Amino acid sequence: MIVSFSDVVVVYDNFPALAGASFEVTSGEIVLLQGPNGAGKTTLLRACAGLLPIARGTAIVLGCDLGVERHAVRTKVGLLGHANGLFQDLTVAENISFWSRLIGASDRDVETAMQIMGLSDRLSATRVANLSAGQRRRCALATLIVRRAQLWLLDEPHAGLDSQGRDELDKTLRSAREAGATVVFASHEIDRAQNLATRSLTVVGGVVTES
Amino acid sequence: MKNISGTRVAKGKVVTAVLLKDLRIELRSRVVTNQVLPFAGLVLVMFAFALDNDDVLQRVAGGLVWLATLFSLFIIVQRSFAIDTADGALDSLRVAGIDLSAVFFGKAIALALKLVALEIVLICGAVLLYRVDLSASGLVLLVTCVLCATSGLAFVGTLYGGLTAGAKGRETLLPLLLLPVVAPVLIAATRATEAAFGSGGAQTSEGWAWIGLLTVFAAVFGVGGSLAFGSLIDE
Repeated sequence: MIVSFSDVVVVYDNFPALAGASFEVTSGEIVLLQGPNGAGKTTLLRACAGLLPIARGTAIVLGCDLGVERHAVRTKVGLLGHANGLFQDLTVAENISFWSRLIGASDRDVETAMQIMGLSDRLSATRVANLSAGQRRRCALATLIVRRAQLWLLDEPHAGLDSQGRDELDKTLRSAREAGATVVFASHEIDRAQNLATRSLTVVGGVVTES
Repeated sequence: MKNISGTRVAKGKVVTAVLLKDLRIELRSRVVTNQVLPFAGLVLVMFAFALDNDDVLQRVAGGLVWLATLFSLFIIVQRSFAIDTADGALDSLRVAGIDLSAVFFGKAIALALKLVALEIVLICGAVLLYRVDLSASGLVLLVTCVLCATSGLAFVGTLYGGLTAGAKGRETLLPLLLLPVVAPVLIAATRATEAAFGSGGAQTSEGWAWIGLLTVFAAVFGVGGSLAFGSLIDE
């Protein structure tokens, strides 16, 4: 089991953003989280990444009990939230290299990641501040690829991407799954997301149900 | 390709990566050289106009240099953490599973290098503007003072920068929190610099006692900062 949540409560700004969430994700799945804005999808992803404390319940991600060792899971997951986590004054290559150095990846890993996301041409030497929203998203995804996390947690990964970028992203996520990764992502683009996902979960009012 | 997921990188490599990242961003954006440095220079010049008395200026030169450094510290620390929070990179650092004390040291060293560059210009400015004399023994004391005071300011600046990074109203919160904490550095560095300059008949030997205080301050905030930084960033 990659993710196992049982009656999990996460309190965010004195509000129970997850109010007794229970669900499981098995290895190799691509799981879609759907639901209205403010339903708790982002909180659920951030909790899975070990960024939010668990107030109640049992949450186990990649064998780590988040109630007692939520920091331990962080080396095993890759999180891409609404923000891209990039440095505007660095180039694409410098950004990806920076994140690769932090996790011990090689220059070849960086090259591979940039090739997969179509960033190895002139874009590699372009400052992130000068990129379009879609190009920035591709750059952020390249930092996840270089990381080769066991669990990918993506919040609106298609946002800002053009049609070609979305197709490339879907292809990348399927490749990651074939390579053994598990993907959990939130999306409002239901048609595309359901084609990509192997299973869907609905989050409403901080509670998770099977779609 | 080897599986890197779940592994931890050596602390030294993380320190180097963060340090080089911060310096490279400064080289590109030139915020310190094009904005902070002129601001600090203006502070020195404005005081020269306001006091308009060579004797007074020579006596207070040390204090003015460190006051200008403190004002500049607030701007540099804000900038140092703004580049990490602007696009959520601080969150990505947290989820990278790295030792956050390495991030603390990387950012503190980068901050210290920027401060040293600023202080060199400010001291040269004070020597020229305020006509301060500097002997060989005074120069040794001054260099030691700059190194010790800068280490303390960099450690405490990075710690409080991390503390306020995600806070609302951090632009005003940082000076409010930081100023009382760095008061000992301001006092000790001013006294040591006055001794180095020979202001008001002070002897160079009188300055070394203040270096001791600066060293203790730097050590306390270096150790304390490395222990507390991770928790502050995390919460």
